[in-house]
Amino acid sequence: MIPITERNLLFVTGKGGTGKTTIAAGLAWMLAAQGKRVLTCEVDAKGDLAAAFEAGSVGFDPVKVADGPYVMSMDTEASLREYLRVQAHIPVIGRIGPLASAFDFLATAAPGVREILTVGKFCFEVRDRNYDVVIVDSAATGHVIGHLTAPQAINDLVKVGLIRSQTDWMLDILNDEATTGVVVVTTPEEMPVQETIELVGRIGTETGVHVAGIVVNRALPELFGVRDEALFAEVAKARPGTLGKSRFDGVFQAARHASARRRIAVQHVATLRASVPTDVPIVFQPYLFARAEGLRATKQVATSLAGELA
Amino acid sequence: MTAEHSIRRLAETREILLCCGPGGVGKTTTAASIALLAATSAPGKVLVLTIDPARRLADALGLKGIGNDVVRIDDATLKAAGVVPRGELYCAMLDMKQSWDDLIRMHAPDERTVERILSNPLYQNLTGRFVQSHDYIAMERLHELHSTGEWDLIVVDTPPTRNALDFLDAPKRMEEFFSSRLLRWLIAPAKGGLLGFAARPFTQIADRILGTQFLADITEFFLSLHSMYGGFIERARAVSRLLSDERTSFLVIATPEPSPLREAEFFLRELDRRHYEVGALVLNRALPASLADPETELAANELASDAAALAAVAADDLGVEPGATERVLRVAAASAREWAVVARREAAARDRVAHAAPLVVTVPSLDEEIGDLSGLVLLGRALGAPT
Repeated sequence: MIPITERNLLFVTGKGGTGKTTIAAGLAWMLAAQGKRVLTCEVDAKGDLAAAFEAGSVGFDPVKVADGPYVMSMDTEASLREYLRVQAHIPVIGRIGPLASAFDFLATAAPGVREILTVGKFCFEVRDRNYDVVIVDSAATGHVIGHLTAPQAINDLVKVGLIRSQTDWMLDILNDEATTGVVVVTTPEEMPVQETIELVGRIGTETGVHVAGIVVNRALPELFGVRDEALFAEVAKARPGTLGKSRFDGVFQAARHASARRRIAVQHVATLRASVPTDVPIVFQPYLFARAEGLRATKQVATSLAGELA
Repeated sequence: MTAEHSIRRLAETREILLCCGPGGVGKTTTAASIALLAATSAPGKVLVLTIDPARRLADALGLKGIGNDVVRIDDATLKAAGVVPRGELYCAMLDMKQSWDDLIRMHAPDERTVERILSNPLYQNLTGRFVQSHDYIAMERLHELHSTGEWDLIVVDTPPTRNALDFLDAPKRMEEFFSSRLLRWLIAPAKGGLLGFAARPFTQIADRILGTQFLADITEFFLSLHSMYGGFIERARAVSRLLSDERTSFLVIATPEPSPLREAEFFLRELDRRHYEVGALVLNRALPASLADPETELAANELASDAAALAAVAADDLGVEPGATERVLRVAAASAREWAVVARREAAARDRVAHAAPLVVTVPSLDEEIGDLSGLVLLGRALGAPT
């Protein structure tokens, strides 16, 4: 299995709420800190990725974060414009004017056009070696398959034309294990783990793209070993008076809460490990107690991922 | 909280409750437990329409495979989960492909058009591989179910759309699409109309980008669709009306974490802008309030600094080993201090949205994840309980 850190195009996906933006940002920061030229792009234009670098509002033109990666936000219409100008040399477009409505129509009418303009942009950047690594803060699990299969779908549907002529080399990039990989982000909870298992299966059967790894985000540290766990239970339920009435009840409740969460998490991680191919690496990103978002969190994620992926 | 404002009251006074919100906050589970709460607290027929439930939940609800069938959850199953139903609980899933096929069959002028559309490769792709059509079809199906007059209450788990409220605009988009100049341009040449000339620049671009054959496929497809123009438009308007009806209310679901909460606030603003009624904001998986209690933190500090002495007391009293006990106490104290930070962040976030909706319900995080009816019962109680 080619390590995550050695690929050129990474699609970071996962169930909503698992923190894929945080992980994508952390990966980008980590690789940029290693001296690589990194482009990271948000697909769903919510602005969360730019916020992870405190980069303000970011559009289709990449913005360099000091000491960090380049950040951009996907805009399929801008992608089409760029493609027509740079790759297809269609000057007529400037005079026509209502490109927007034509685009809207194409995107609505022709399935896969929006997706291929998204994926195509990343493939261009990789093919032209404009960056060492392109990290995509991708669509959630339900949509990512649509993105990854778009070139093939277009291949099946469209027989000639500009877009069709581009799909073959895109497929070469997407399906090359040494170049492209999907990173699935999950949390150690039941539904995200189930969705991850299903997604890994679907990526294998429905696309030619390879899974580069799974990141278990918000992993909780082990609180007690088995013997200490029993000891804790005994101390925590000691009769009032032993430790000065019950003024530590809140503390014990907190520890019980943390311990129970960890216990459940361990089961789900075990299920995950047993349900995905053994060569798919699973790495852990610890729960961040102090700060949940922003550049501070991104840098902490970068540091711990660097340790995990070293 | 007064009786005027409660989830139960919403369930009694509305006919449709739409649960929307960011991904991963428990929308499906919340929708299911509201339906369960409704079916156990009042007589009536309650339906939960879910888009994509996790397998265990689907199993728990008795949904086998995918299909558009409405399934009743029988009383014995409910009783086994510890509830006594007063009404009847049903659930249904959304089968995209079948729903689209049904819609085409309903609106198409003749059998030949049906066949032409269903066999068009574009149509198969539109309904199969790509997901955008989710939005429209979910609302369409809701309308269909509501207009049967079969249900006292329908609770809807809205689709996980990329753009938060796509599903709300879907009927309008469908209408705009059918009345768009571009569509007329595109089909005019085929109809031999005079508009063909105007379409030329557009067709030229489209032709270069997509190729003639594909364009022909598209044209054929939309020409067929166009024959259903009237039916689709009327239907899309009816769906829009249903969403703004006073019998419909929206519940925004989130968790008290920064990112989901920001998205929930965005939902609330957007719903308000569209003049839809927001019934409640539900905050799932809140940490126990005691974690944020300053007393708890003081106690944790004391436990950490006096761990050795306290361990000696406990060891004496309980006959346990002092060294190990000290270790355990230190770990417990450290853990409580860490979670206090998270809990206080949550409390601050909850304060911020305390008045963002007529009703804000906080649901504590349950120790076990919800994957069966008993879990839904617990969640339903938490939702229905005064907070």
